[in-house]
Amino acid sequence: MLTETRPSGDTSQKPVPPRRQREKSGIWLVDFYTSAVGKKWVMAITGIGLIGFVLSHMVGNLKVYAGAEDFDHYAEFLREMLVPIFPRTVFLWLVRGGLVMMFVFHIHSAISLARLNLQANASYATKRDYVAANFASRTMRWTGPIILLYLIFHLADLTWGVEPAATAVFERGEAYANLVASFERPVVAGIYIVANLALGFHLYHGTWSLFQSLGVNNPAYNTARRYLAGGVAAAIVIGNCSFPIAVLAGVVD
Amino acid sequence: MRITLRVWRQPGPEAQGEFRTYEAPEVSEDMSFLELIDAVNEDLLEKGEEPIACDSDCREGICGMCGVMINGLPHGPSEGTATCQLHMRKFQDGDLIEVEPWRAAAFPVIRDLVVDRSAFDTIIESGGYVSVSTGSAPDANEILVPKSASDAAMDAAACIGCGACVAACPNSAAQLFTSAKLAHLNLLPQGQPERWDRVEIMVDTMEEFFGSCTNHGECEKACPKEITIDFIAMMNADYVKSKFKNRRRLGQKKAG
Ligand code: SF4
Ligand code: FES
Repeated sequence: MLTETRPSGDTSQKPVPPRRQREKSGIWLVDFYTSAVGKKWVMAITGIGLIGFVLSHMVGNLKVYAGAEDFDHYAEFLREMLVPIFPRTVFLWLVRGGLVMMFVFHIHSAISLARLNLQANASYATKRDYVAANFASRTMRWTGPIILLYLIFHLADLTWGVEPAATAVFERGEAYANLVASFERPVVAGIYIVANLALGFHLYHGTWSLFQSLGVNNPAYNTARRYLAGGVAAAIVIGNCSFPIAVLAGVVD
Repeated sequence: MRITLRVWRQPGPEAQGEFRTYEAPEVSEDMSFLELIDAVNEDLLEKGEEPIACDSDCREGICGMCGVMINGLPHGPSEGTATCQLHMRKFQDGDLIEVEPWRAAAFPVIRDLVVDRSAFDTIIESGGYVSVSTGSAPDANEILVPKSASDAAMDAAACIGCGACVAACPNSAAQLFTSAKLAHLNLLPQGQPERWDRVEIMVDTMEEFFGSCTNHGECEKACPKEITIDFIAMMNADYVKSKFKNRRRLGQKKAG
């Protein structure tokens, strides 16, 4: 005998009403950005730019191992990039402006999507057993803000020279000496290491994820994408963490 | 074998819900999970209590009615199967099984384990159709379909609309469902005339109800039909293309 398991009676149910209305815009780029899929595109594209920046920043800084002269020369080169097409430091400022824009859009889309998701979600009373989500993907919302705070600290320390983030001996233009003086403080070295681990996790999920958001993936390369993500994350963590460790160990001084 | 069930009971949409525990002392391992609930319900009826409400229809994994959260996993622990295809041999004597309805803001609970998935219908209604000429029947095989396209469309068409992908997603996003419905039509020649309008409207409708994808991949693992997240990538690519294509029809009003 079949038991009655469906709620009986009322069959006149209305469909669930929409939870939100999206503001449509006539300007297609704006319209695209107001959609969640569009924001994910923006996140992925700014993400690519920021990954490129982080990687070249790390590679450039490897010159610290070539000694003070080479390193300071590299710092000076950055200011003279594309001279004489642009006057001195102008190209550097263009790059900085671009980076700021990328950060702004990356963060803005992240915040608005996170808010959308919190509204769309209802939590389970029993323990949810996650099968595919990994530590990196589940902590994006935490590693993101950690990286932002660290970025501000890092700029205050080695670019603006604002105490207490920077050392008392900070001197503009003395990139090598500033870096060594800063990393000789074990707490600061610790901050750099922890922040770069967070960055590594963020980049691991981000690098894997951006292909999906842009829709440029190919099932044949899905495994390769995992390796690529691991490679990018590992390169950043190993490269960037090596600097404070090298200073603390006395390899760079 | 002996099974203890901890089941979410909620008399109506607005009512407060709670877990109740039921004992099932004589469970055969050949029983399906739904038959276990039937057995518990027989007991409840005999005692004069209200039976547990849960959806089911085909009981062979093709209708998509039966999904529930079993021990924190959508459709329970076996991969690529719906709740109705889950057999008790997957469990052990003395197990405690916790059962909860799908949870998502757009899937309100109607009663006990039954949720309202009409938001899915609204998404399909918005663009999940193709236009065909009426009149006399067309010749068979008049429209040629590349084998690879028909295979991929068939993989997407396997979606039974159960909602496990939304249930599994920490963001309650419906990307897997919507992308499967889109790919099903967008890969075939018959689906081309409305393709770009369809992508735009179905994605927009989806976003009125559900969250945004963060690429965890939980949906793909939960899906009883093993729909892959590669369809989501295809939807993302098509959505941006639709913005270009729909704009290119200078001054033309969109259909529908
Ligand atoms: S995509 Fe899979 S999990 Fe989602 S509704 Fe369709 S069959 Fe269910
Ligand atoms: S009852 Fe039809 S899919 Fe389970």
